[in-house]
Amino acid sequence: MAKVLVVTSGKGGVGKTTTTAAMGAALAQAGQKVVVVDFDVGLRNLDLVMGAERRVVFDLINVVQGIAKLPQALIRDKRLDNLSLLPASQTKDKDALTEEGVGRVIAELRKSFDWVLCDSPAGIERGAMLAMRFADEAIIVTNPEVSSVRDSDRIIGMLDSKTVKAEKGERVNKHVLITRYDPGRAARGEMISIDDILEILATPLIGIIPESQDVLRASNVGAPVTVNNPASAPARAYHDATRRLLGEVIAMMVPNERRGLMNLLRGRRAA
Amino acid sequence: MEQSVEATRQLVRLRGRSYVAFVFSPVVPIVGWLEEVDATIARSPGFFAGKPVVLDLSGVDLSQAAIGHLVKNIEQRNIRVLGLEGVDAEKLSPELPPLLSGGRNFLVQQAEVEKREAKPASLLLDKPVRSGQSVVFLEGDVTVLGSVSSGAEIVAGGSIHVYGTLRGRAMAGVNGNSAARIYCQKIEAELLAIDGYYQTAEELDEKLRSRPAQARLDGEIMKITALN
Repeated sequence: MAKVLVVTSGKGGVGKTTTTAAMGAALAQAGQKVVVVDFDVGLRNLDLVMGAERRVVFDLINVVQGIAKLPQALIRDKRLDNLSLLPASQTKDKDALTEEGVGRVIAELRKSFDWVLCDSPAGIERGAMLAMRFADEAIIVTNPEVSSVRDSDRIIGMLDSKTVKAEKGERVNKHVLITRYDPGRAARGEMISIDDILEILATPLIGIIPESQDVLRASNVGAPVTVNNPASAPARAYHDATRRLLGEVIAMMVPNERRGLMNLLRGRRAA
Repeated sequence: MEQSVEATRQLVRLRGRSYVAFVFSPVVPIVGWLEEVDATIARSPGFFAGKPVVLDLSGVDLSQAAIGHLVKNIEQRNIRVLGLEGVDAEKLSPELPPLLSGGRNFLVQQAEVEKREAKPASLLLDKPVRSGQSVVFLEGDVTVLGSVSSGAEIVAGGSIHVYGTLRGRAMAGVNGNSAARIYCQKIEAELLAIDGYYQTAEELDEKLRSRPAQARLDGEIMKITALN
């Protein structure tokens, strides 16, 4: 049975697109058939992060409007065979997205993929509402800082009331993903603690992704961070989160300060 | 001089009005169907008394005589037939009830037993109240088994009980109930109000923060005390 998963947050800039690309690629590497769908009409980014921006011909709006068929709009990833992208439109308005059209597209995608990952835009308006409307599962991306936590809480409330599943009395399976976690600032008490975040959001934690330069490097190159540098800390954390999503039980590792080799050597010399 | 008085004309005012009628849809065999009708009447005698009934004949193919016979059968059971539908106009005669058309389905509740539902005086929420959600319950107390997030609000006619952290707004006794109170396991509220008298987070005593607390109204002053 295909699963529709929305990657949402409320707050902007916390790592939704990064997460959609990273976990989409990780799921594909684990053998699943995955499509990542960009719902950010007018401000699309998923195509850039996936490195497909020069191959976009048709987009989600074209399919909704019936101008193009779904196979014409889907872009297959060059590195992973079972990963595809359905980009958003850059020129059209988000008003062109209709609930009925999105429902049709999602239903069609369910037939040929195991996972449909919906990259939600920021905010709580139409684009975000439509991205979550047909979701079975949700990942709420949260930065360890107060405004992001409150916005995530708002979005969780909406997942419990404005989705088709909620309206039918069923539950959307929700997971919190903490991103841009900075162990140095956490140690100095400058960041809201993970326990506090989970106490406020009252939703299970699926992973903690450390702040890292690798994320920026990967998006500049046009590859998901799990593909560009699989050994990096964020990539490993994304892989763990993906395995948890697939049902594995893995102990949660809180990222600590990266002690580079040079630092270690310097430390020894000082001793 | 002749005065001709024009007789005032009484205008016949035609107005439309809609009524709701039960529809009986007889099926073959008619005898069996009539037995079902009898069984319904036996279960609730007097149920059809005075209620207009329409006979939908689209499920059976009856001659004019048979229709007359059926109508008589129904009326013998003390059921008045208001009209007929689902049958060709040629089959009807002036003695039969008129032909109706354009009926729309209407959900009728079989309120055979008047169930007196006790009005709930207390609302129980077993999930946390999320930011942006607003719970309004003017009839009585509100109990939350969970936390109330920052940016959420609870408005109650009675008291408010939060078995968790109260981070949002709690407004109790909004109908003029100054005896209403607010209880929570951890007080970090943005705003507390009882019967219109409110206090914001700024005015909250620092020593009380994050402790179990209750808020009550003493005259015009809100007293917030620790619960342990």
